[in-house]
Amino acid sequence: MSKDKSNGSQFWNKIKRSQMLIPLAALLIMVIFNLIADPSFFAIKLGYSSAGYPVLSGYLMTILDCGSELAILAIGMTLVTAACGGQDISVGATIAVGGSVMLRVLCGGNSHPETMQAPIIVAFIVGALATMALGAFNGVLVAKFKIQPMVATLILFTAGRSIAAWVNNNELPIIKDVEFTYFGGFIPGIPIPTPFFIALGCGIIIFLVLKFTNLGLYTQAVGINESSSKLNGLNPDFIKFLSFVILGLCVAVAALIKVSRLSTINYSVIAKDIEMDAILAVALGGNKLSGGKFNMGASILGAYVIQFLTTTLYKFDVPSDALPAYKAIVVIALVVMSAPSVREKLQSIKKSLSSKKVSKEVA
Amino acid sequence: MKKLSEKLRSLSDSNLLLTITVVVFFLMYIGAMIFEGGGFLKVQTFFNILNANAYLIILSCGMSIVMICGGIDISVGGVTALVCMSCAVYLDFHNGNVFVAVLLAIAIGLAFGLVQGFLVAYLDIQPFIVTLAGMFFARGMTTIVNTKPFNVENEAFVALKNARIEVPGMGYYNKAGNYVAAYVEIGVIVALIIVALMFFLLKKTKLGRAFYAVGGNAQSALMLGINVKRTRFLSQVLCGLLAGIGGFVYFLHVGSGASTHAAGAEMNAIASSIIGGTMLTGGVGNIIGTFFGVLSLATIQNIVSSAGLDQAWWTGITIAAMLCIFLIIQSVVIARKKKSVKK
Repeated sequence: MSKDKSNGSQFWNKIKRSQMLIPLAALLIMVIFNLIADPSFFAIKLGYSSAGYPVLSGYLMTILDCGSELAILAIGMTLVTAACGGQDISVGATIAVGGSVMLRVLCGGNSHPETMQAPIIVAFIVGALATMALGAFNGVLVAKFKIQPMVATLILFTAGRSIAAWVNNNELPIIKDVEFTYFGGFIPGIPIPTPFFIALGCGIIIFLVLKFTNLGLYTQAVGINESSSKLNGLNPDFIKFLSFVILGLCVAVAALIKVSRLSTINYSVIAKDIEMDAILAVALGGNKLSGGKFNMGASILGAYVIQFLTTTLYKFDVPSDALPAYKAIVVIALVVMSAPSVREKLQSIKKSLSSKKVSKEVA
Repeated sequence: MKKLSEKLRSLSDSNLLLTITVVVFFLMYIGAMIFEGGGFLKVQTFFNILNANAYLIILSCGMSIVMICGGIDISVGGVTALVCMSCAVYLDFHNGNVFVAVLLAIAIGLAFGLVQGFLVAYLDIQPFIVTLAGMFFARGMTTIVNTKPFNVENEAFVALKNARIEVPGMGYYNKAGNYVAAYVEIGVIVALIIVALMFFLLKKTKLGRAFYAVGGNAQSALMLGINVKRTRFLSQVLCGLLAGIGGFVYFLHVGSGASTHAAGAEMNAIASSIIGGTMLTGGVGNIIGTFFGVLSLATIQNIVSSAGLDQAWWTGITIAAMLCIFLIIQSVVIARKKKSVKK
């Protein structure tokens, strides 16, 4: 009996210590809230798309679908956060650039071609090179010139959408091929949205990379103490640079999904405010925003939890422009809870409570 | 020649950066006068730059102070939009009083400053995260207050908005031979007063010196007996307050409320401060430099648009490029300083 109890308490301790606790708890709160408010939130319907293929729909599917870009971005953002102790706020703008470059390649000279002028893979590679170059630009500013990440990325945050518009001469290219919509929609015959599979693929790749290379270890070492990692033979500048380039690649994947959803692009609206969501996902995953240790799984889960929140807010008819206000409150609540001084205070309160208990038991 | 380089070397970082800014501004403006001619030769063009950027001068003053103290505030643009919308709704829908609207603007700015300052200084949360949340909160709140943009038609306000302060001796004769007086708007006067006040605050008061000390090295500031937390708190509060005032000046200039108002203003304010020689790392900066930073930024925008590159994207790209160049200059200055310390 006592053994069971200790096992149980061990289990609890493990969960308490796990970073997964925060996103899981947040998810649980929202699930309960939705169950009480309107259980139909969880309904999944099997419908048919206009082309006659089976398609699953419902709020849960929306979350899996729309949360995927965010999850992919969260992967890169976690690495940048861990290595540099700062965040990249240009991801929304660089998504616009990546998407714009892809459409430019696909369209060729004409902005409304009948068929695609280049294979999608070529467009993706060119777009990825563009976003990785932008990531490298951020990386050089941060690693070489020692500029705070958020200020360095502020440059592209302002210029990014302008560059995106400039790439396509401010025209709105439209792709008419059905094939191109597969990435952001459904592959015929598979009722689950494709973005989810892409996010899953990215998740598996980063899991394997972290498992079989030293990337994770090195990144954490640089984030925890840059100078001591240097003394241990690492090259902190390169690790920081690399994290930004990886984020650039993640941005390219997210951009492909984003432009595929619409088959076109709107420079000022595409991926608007996504930087906030990506940072929120990292914070919700229990990762320190000041760098150091990270948990990739928690970040990815965090991204889907954010989307859960967004979808819930949409369901209650909150206009999309007002969403940031609610999310900002969540961010502040999260960072306040994870602030060291607040934690210390909470712990001291806990201690005084438990010591009272002990003294009572003794008495 | 040698003397000049020696002189340059003897300049402190702050003065070196300030000199670069002022020289860049005058070169740019004179260049514009020579190559663009026309508009730039009129004094009114310069005054129009001031009129359109009075709010930015005020925002940048606040930004500089926060940056000197080692923090940052990217909520100022959002606060400006929120102030515009709130004042517009109050004046138009509730037929309010202009004076109360000013108080409302100040209260909004102050509220943001107080909350953000508390979170940054006393809970020790990164200022960027706090104010990023503040920015999104302000932008979101703006749409919650009112979704649609509209022009304010309150009579007292419109009278104030159209008030022109004529500057004697600066006007010109138009083609019909009539004298057209040069004018500035009320916002410019407010901005100049604030520049003077903040200059005085930073140079002559204990609090101002504390800002520099905390930004330069918080540890040694603590050793000197400065209340570091309170100083940080006050810097954020001051920035919030100035954002509120700047928001009202912007409102006075545009006379409407919209959720897209002052988009990217935080970026312009940071860019102006950096161009003006305020260091991101804190401890170095100058309000006069910030003032010239705003003017440089505005001038380059004017040059870009009068050179026929009217598309909106050029403005974004030029500002970003300028910011990038000045950031790199700063980092070179820091590197030079470190080397000289090592020697």
